[in-house]
Amino acid sequence: MKIKLRDIAHGRSGDKGDAANIGIIAFDDDGYNIINKHLTAEVVKKHFAGICKGKVERFELPNIRALNFILHNTLGGGGTVSLKHDAQGKTLAAALLRLELVV
Amino acid sequence: MKNHIKIASGQGFWGDLIDAPYQQVTKGDIDYLVMDYLAEVTMSIMQKQKSRDPKLGYATDLIDLMKKILPITAKKGIKIITNGGGVNPVSCAEKILETAKLLNIKSLKVAVVLGDDIKDRLDEILKQGCELKNIETSEPIIKVKDRLLNANVYFGAFPVVEALNKGADVVITGRTTDTGLTLAPMIYEFGWKNNDYDLLSAGTVAGHILECGAQSTGGNFLGDWQSIDNFAEIGFPIAEAYPNGEVIITKHKNTGGKVSIDTITEQLVYEIGDPKEYITPDCVADFTSIKLADEGQDRVKVFNVKGKSETEFYKVSCSYHDGYSSNGSLTYSWPQALTKAKAADKILRKRLENLGLQFDEIRSEFVGYNSTHENLAVELNEDLINEIMLRFSVRGKSKEAVNRFGQEIAPLILTGPPSVTGFAGGRPKAKDVVAYWPALIPKKLVQSMVKIFKLN
Repeated sequence: MKIKLRDIAHGRSGDKGDAANIGIIAFDDDGYNIINKHLTAEVVKKHFAGICKGKVERFELPNIRALNFILHNTLGGGGTVSLKHDAQGKTLAAALLRLELVV
Repeated sequence: MKNHIKIASGQGFWGDLIDAPYQQVTKGDIDYLVMDYLAEVTMSIMQKQKSRDPKLGYATDLIDLMKKILPITAKKGIKIITNGGGVNPVSCAEKILETAKLLNIKSLKVAVVLGDDIKDRLDEILKQGCELKNIETSEPIIKVKDRLLNANVYFGAFPVVEALNKGADVVITGRTTDTGLTLAPMIYEFGWKNNDYDLLSAGTVAGHILECGAQSTGGNFLGDWQSIDNFAEIGFPIAEAYPNGEVIITKHKNTGGKVSIDTITEQLVYEIGDPKEYITPDCVADFTSIKLADEGQDRVKVFNVKGKSETEFYKVSCSYHDGYSSNGSLTYSWPQALTKAKAADKILRKRLENLGLQFDEIRSEFVGYNSTHENLAVELNEDLINEIMLRFSVRGKSKEAVNRFGQEIAPLILTGPPSVTGFAGGRPKAKDVVAYWPALIPKKLVQSMVKIFKLN
């Protein structure tokens, strides 16, 4: 079965130097169980192939039903070095919500 | 001791809603107004301003703001804490006192936190064996020393607490952490100690929720954003803090926006790294311990926060000059908007190549198609695209080459694909690229100082 991530979660993203952070928050406990099981660092890395050029770190915050991802080497140098229109990765949480999870 | 205090956020960055602090001090009762003006590159911009005029280098917006709010805060006894002093907190404080004089507020005490600016101490620090290695690349700072624009240590809450203890009505700091601004009044009012790590972490979490202004009250909310009421008059967050570390996040009544577990949670995950190790100069907070509870309309309780001892280092925020960049754009209309924009991109690249210009990076983006989600963008049926903006940018070491690129945008209007517009405002000029250099410094090499300024 396929589940659209945007149907079970929301999130927010931002920058940490050349790395982007994406926090993904499940709307309920069932949603958290799904993302905790299926939204792995590998899945996120694959989704952002060609955009994230470094490793993806993944952290769990079960207390607020959230996962935090750090995408290294993603923002074209970060800060004012980056030529990207979205140099701060503000739209990357929405970009991750495009994902469909196979569960 | 007070049963609780109300700490209101007035700015999330330099450039935020100008009137937000005024709303915070007039629309309801608060005890403290805290304002964060400093992003990573802000200090370098301020350093540049100071090098042109030694009286500048702080958030100049603060002065107009003080004219408007000082009569109110002085009357109500609201204390103001801000890191808007940037790289010149002393000039900022002097200007605020001038303003107070004009307003006939003679008793105003302004405290300045000093010692965070280590740019002029660099040789001495290097001699002591601290190489200020870049946290990300491990390279020593000596590599960019001749291009260094600023070097500022992130101080925490305790220098601000010292200022409050000295009776300050207004505290102006340089590179104090965003979270420290909010934590400081809690330490001061409730007598928390520097090893009350759970309490310090609780205040730090509250500071993280407040530091981006309305981003915790419905702004930039990616959940059901259309459920957020009245963005136009959005209320900025207020932390109602209790001596036991419990904090209620709320906002003034009769303001727009929303405080809910969902809006708070989005801010909690914003720009964090390892949630178990949220490192500040004051403590290391564990974001996986945080509990949230709905306490009625626009009230969320934040509690159960745990934390541990601070590290032996301060983070240092340095920046250095790293070449030049520029960008220009042109808009192509239906029909075949994307095809035209892509053709223009090819033409431009060919012309830059023919000119023999050297760049470190050339980037083209198609706004309306892929400028945010890049290769995740779905293919579009070209008949349905009304228009596409080509956004073209270059970065390189040569200012001349970057400026030469700027002369190649407008000619495309008469020498390339049709139905193109949107070029106005002259040729894009080369801008300085400011690169960020995060490092660590042993705390023992840095000493904060608090100086009080008042009218004679």
